[in-house]
Amino acid sequence: MAELQTLHLAHLPPDLAVHVALYTEVQNAAYLRDQLLQGNQDFEYALIDASVIISTTHVLAAVFRAANDHLNKRLKSRNVHSEIVFSLGANNNIAQSLRSFGITAMTSNLLAIKLSTDPSITSLTVSQHLSTSIKGTLVEFSDANLANTADIAKIKKLYRLGGIGDDGNKGRRRRKDGSEEGSHLSDGLNDKEKGGGAERERKELEVAILGLVALRGAV
Amino acid sequence: MNDPNPNPASLPPPFTHTEPPPVLLAQGAEAFLYHTYFLLPSRPCALKYRPSKPYRHPTLDKRLTRHRILSEARTLVKCSREGVSVPGVLALDAEGDGSGGGGWMMMEWIEGKTVREVLQVGAKRRKEGVLVEGWENNVEGLMGKIGRAVGRMHEVGVVHGDLTTSNMMLRPGKTLQQNGETTHGEHMETAEEILRGEVVLIDFGLAGQSLQDEDKAVDLYVLERAFGSTHPEAEEGFQEVLKVYGESYKGAKVVLKRLEEVRMRGRKRSMLG
Repeated sequence: MAELQTLHLAHLPPDLAVHVALYTEVQNAAYLRDQLLQGNQDFEYALIDASVIISTTHVLAAVFRAANDHLNKRLKSRNVHSEIVFSLGANNNIAQSLRSFGITAMTSNLLAIKLSTDPSITSLTVSQHLSTSIKGTLVEFSDANLANTADIAKIKKLYRLGGIGDDGNKGRRRRKDGSEEGSHLSDGLNDKEKGGGAERERKELEVAILGLVALRGAV
Repeated sequence: MNDPNPNPASLPPPFTHTEPPPVLLAQGAEAFLYHTYFLLPSRPCALKYRPSKPYRHPTLDKRLTRHRILSEARTLVKCSREGVSVPGVLALDAEGDGSGGGGWMMMEWIEGKTVREVLQVGAKRRKEGVLVEGWENNVEGLMGKIGRAVGRMHEVGVVHGDLTTSNMMLRPGKTLQQNGETTHGEHMETAEEILRGEVVLIDFGLAGQSLQDEDKAVDLYVLERAFGSTHPEAEEGFQEVLKVYGESYKGAKVVLKRLEEVRMRGRKRSMLG
């Protein structure tokens, strides 16, 4: 059913395709991690723990950043794939980012990403290698599936965004307090806000994360 | 600008082969603003490109570009973290491609019109003798929203540096749902329809972080002057901006007091520069 997805991100050269596969119930995370640590070239992927990814946009923004740095020849880590994991982090500490966002021995939901940095890397070669290497269930790379695997509390902690949900509410309440005058105008908006509270919080969180990923340490 | 009419082809990588190419929306002394998209064609975004200035020393040029892009992005990220309505930062490159191509930043696309455009629609209609029912009331509501938005921004310690009605967007909600009141059948928008939406502050190119009353008061002063010259018909409405601003956060009253001083002497306190 589900299969490896090959994406072309806006603005990137058309031949630099992005291959993404999302796995659940991964059983051999420890083995995969060892391959990375040993520097096994066949396992040059961005292997990301999907529980710290909030949406497709979140991870693709990191891919975009890493790809742009790759094209401009200013990678800070070993290769563009480790750079993707590094780019997910909100600071300049490579080891810390790899530890926080990369695969761990306990990872059960896994995102595997590979860029076609060479014409020999095609969706066929990637999907063949992944299907023989990863013991898990391949599911569609979608916001709906990532919403199931995401650990929001953990994500907020990693990006130090603990305040987002609460703070946002505080701000909104304050806004309402001060809005006795002319509040008839904003009533419609407030109703909508109430309806999609969780969805809205997720969007707010995503926007804040994208900003931190873009800035990375320059905050 | 040595190239008065740059086409999208003059954009730096990675935007050189973007299909369809980014559309130039506005051009200032420092930057070009394009409409394009982020990651997927379904996600529109604004692209602010700061080209390098050939008359500057390359080292200085890189430093200034880098500094300005990062400072604008920092301020925007701070605002969106604190719940101030601004466009979110999607991606940036403060270094350029290394060949001195300047830097860029991509931001969320904000739907809607600028407050300036919206107010001018109303002014034009009224000049033409078209009575827009409830216009004053709704303008007052909009002024309140502006006061609140600026108040929120000042509360978190950000000053805009260039507050004008062109740097505020009015973002309408997703859908227009009136309880059967749209059955009038007329296509002329009502005052409420024209003036509804959320005020979103944009263009933080001159923004900075400051908690000083003086800087906040100058922000308000600049907005007041901009109002006076762009929307003379709405000038008395500005009182509403200040009124709501004064109630929007602790410390706002002190800033309003300071504003009176600033009015007396103008924007520059130091009398330098």
